[in-house]
Amino acid sequence: MANVQLRDVHKSFGATHIIKGIDLEIAHGEFVVFVGPSGCGKSTLLRMIAGLEDITSGEISIKDRVVNDLPPKDRGIAMVFQSYALFPHMTVRQNVGFGLKINNTPPAELESRVNEAARILKMENLLDRKPSQLSGGQRQRVAIGRAIVRNPEVFLFDEPLSNLDAALRVNTRAEIAKLHNDLGATMIYVTHDQVEAMTLADKIVVLEAGKIRQVGSPLELYHKPNNLFVAGFIGSPKMNFMEVEAVSSSASGVIIKSADFTEQRIPVAKGNVKAGDKLTLGIRPENMRADTKGDLKISGKMELVEHLGHETFVEAKTKSGVSFTGLIDGETLVKLGQDMALSFKANDCHLFDAAGEAVHRLKVPEIVHA
Amino acid sequence: MQISGSKKLQNSESTGWLMAFPATAIIGLFIIVPFLLGFYFAFTNQRFISPNPTEYVGTSNFHQLLDLGVLTLEPERDAATQEIKKDASGAAAYPTVRSLTRNNSEMPYYDGMREWFSWHSGDNIKVVVARDVVFMKAIVNTFLFVLITAPLQGGLALLLAMMINQKLPGINIFRTIYFMPVVVSIVVVSLLWRFIYSGDNGLLNAILGFFTFGTFKPVDWLGNSATALPSIIAMSIWQAVGFHMVIWLSGLQTIPVSLYEAADIEGATGWQKFRFVTWPGLRNTAILVLVVITMQAFTLFSQIAVMTQGGPVDATQTIVFQAVQHGYAKQDIATGSAISVILFIIVITISLIQRYLTREKLT
Ligand SMILES: Nc1ncnc2c1ncn2[C@@H]1O[C@H](COP(=O)(O)OP(=O)(O)O)[C@@H](O)[C@H]1O
Ligand SMILES: [Mg+2]
Repeated sequence: MANVQLRDVHKSFGATHIIKGIDLEIAHGEFVVFVGPSGCGKSTLLRMIAGLEDITSGEISIKDRVVNDLPPKDRGIAMVFQSYALFPHMTVRQNVGFGLKINNTPPAELESRVNEAARILKMENLLDRKPSQLSGGQRQRVAIGRAIVRNPEVFLFDEPLSNLDAALRVNTRAEIAKLHNDLGATMIYVTHDQVEAMTLADKIVVLEAGKIRQVGSPLELYHKPNNLFVAGFIGSPKMNFMEVEAVSSSASGVIIKSADFTEQRIPVAKGNVKAGDKLTLGIRPENMRADTKGDLKISGKMELVEHLGHETFVEAKTKSGVSFTGLIDGETLVKLGQDMALSFKANDCHLFDAAGEAVHRLKVPEIVHA
Repeated sequence: MQISGSKKLQNSESTGWLMAFPATAIIGLFIIVPFLLGFYFAFTNQRFISPNPTEYVGTSNFHQLLDLGVLTLEPERDAATQEIKKDASGAAAYPTVRSLTRNNSEMPYYDGMREWFSWHSGDNIKVVVARDVVFMKAIVNTFLFVLITAPLQGGLALLLAMMINQKLPGINIFRTIYFMPVVVSIVVVSLLWRFIYSGDNGLLNAILGFFTFGTFKPVDWLGNSATALPSIIAMSIWQAVGFHMVIWLSGLQTIPVSLYEAADIEGATGWQKFRFVTWPGLRNTAILVLVVITMQAFTLFSQIAVMTQGGPVDATQTIVFQAVQHGYAKQDIATGSAISVILFIIVITISLIQRYLTREKLT
């Protein structure tokens, strides 16, 4: 069972503390995505698991064996780099077979394992080319081939798609998902792109400044973000945040108001919210509708209108100067500069306290627990 | 107004030529004209200062420098028995080389040649004779210098570059130290090393004496024909190694770190990383370093001029030193030019061979 465990892992470069205590359990065969803004330490964490960076303190184990002092090749891992890191003077065949060759694998076995990897990745026709004769997507495939051929128990990917164009990214993403399905290996995948995280992960780890902000399935993070950071990071376009004030709180929810809203009860756990508390209301643009049938209404002047066909993205500003966005039905007639009211359901709202921590939602879609 | 003024300047052909003139003139006067004149003089009897008009002499200068021949000296035999005559100590007697190369009307080609080297072949002695033995020695010394310097200097520079290419505190101090001899004039360096190599109280002898507890016998490094050229080779390697180290270093830094990391994950050893990542990544740098060292080595002159003047017993004669000797010391511009032409042909041939051998092989 190739599980991976991190226990209070820290990393400092000189005096700069980068990874600030990570505890994480990754089960065998799980697809885990580390996501977070650029510079938050995702790559560093991945490279520590790979053995490319040493561990300042804490413990990393793979397959229930502490690997802190093992060199990369003995950790049972394979890594795919953002830059592909293919050896430029070697053919695809030599690149894929490199690790086998330097570990003195018999030629016949090497040949068959390279061919097997090429078959899985459908790149048999590329085997005799040099990396310079390949497109970005093909190079990525070779890099994955080089990982597969080692039969690792844990695959590590560091932003493998960020050098590809949008269409190719979608394709390759699907292929990586399929690969995970077929091989059943544990995969740890780093990206700053929350869409990749949502589409690929069994479990997402959201990192900010060297700390875990939340761990959960994609839908858990989407529907039950623990804090403002996760709420703002997961989901695209970004969740709207508005300043509100608690009027009262009870077991059935918290009643809020603001300059732009009439009083409304939001179904969240009472927690320790008291009347008069400053709260942040979160509502996703896709939960906005272009009529006034929702529980809460907000109106403003359209400052940006993007017709995408099946839906329309709008950005508006209320009289009190609050900006908000909405993804509304594509057949609604909206014009720039127009005054318009949008509305949304109280059940779709998120509330965050002054410290940015979520107030537990009472009504969450069934699917989150399915 | 201003815009149209500068437009006018940009479009004016004569302004362009005027601006290019100083550089063109200097390059022309000091590089192109001497280069062409060199070819011309090589086929004349031009002297530095001479009352006689310059004459075209064909390839005679080249013959004078390059003519070679092999003489076979047979031992003197008894006229009747054909037995080899032996003297009291049992050694055979041979005619002198001189008897064959002086006023010998049967072999006019050999006239004036001198013995370069010889070997025994059965009862006979084979003697290689050259018209200009010193120049032959100069060619051999120059090639020796190139063949030893190029791999040693290139390899040592690479080694230093790899050691320096690490993120260690204070590593810049070492870069500076290794590069320092490069910025010092080779003439100054040569002067200093004369003291190091000095026979009576030179630094090198002192150090060797110290480490061998005085058992080392002092050597006159530059005054001994067996050690003079190796001494100059060692100093020359030391002097320019920092320059090539910097070139290697720039090559090393173009190799992405991720390639080493990929190799680490595959379990490559240090040697395998060098063999499969570093060395292939340095291909173009290697060609550059090799060509530059070779060309520099072929023009070996200053060290010789300052340290040994070609001696002792012509042990450190070199091609360029000979060119200068002929051209200026002997005021024989024609021969000096011919030597330059020969050097030019050697260097260009070797560069072409190197280019061919290191060409990009397409698969
Ligand atoms: N070798 C290093 N030396 C010093 N600082 C580093 C080094 N590698 C990464 N860092 C710093 O650590 C932080 C996290 O880097 P990284 O893990 O690459 O972020 P991410 O992959 O999330 O974008 C950055 O601020 C970066 O500057
Ligand atoms: Mg990164």
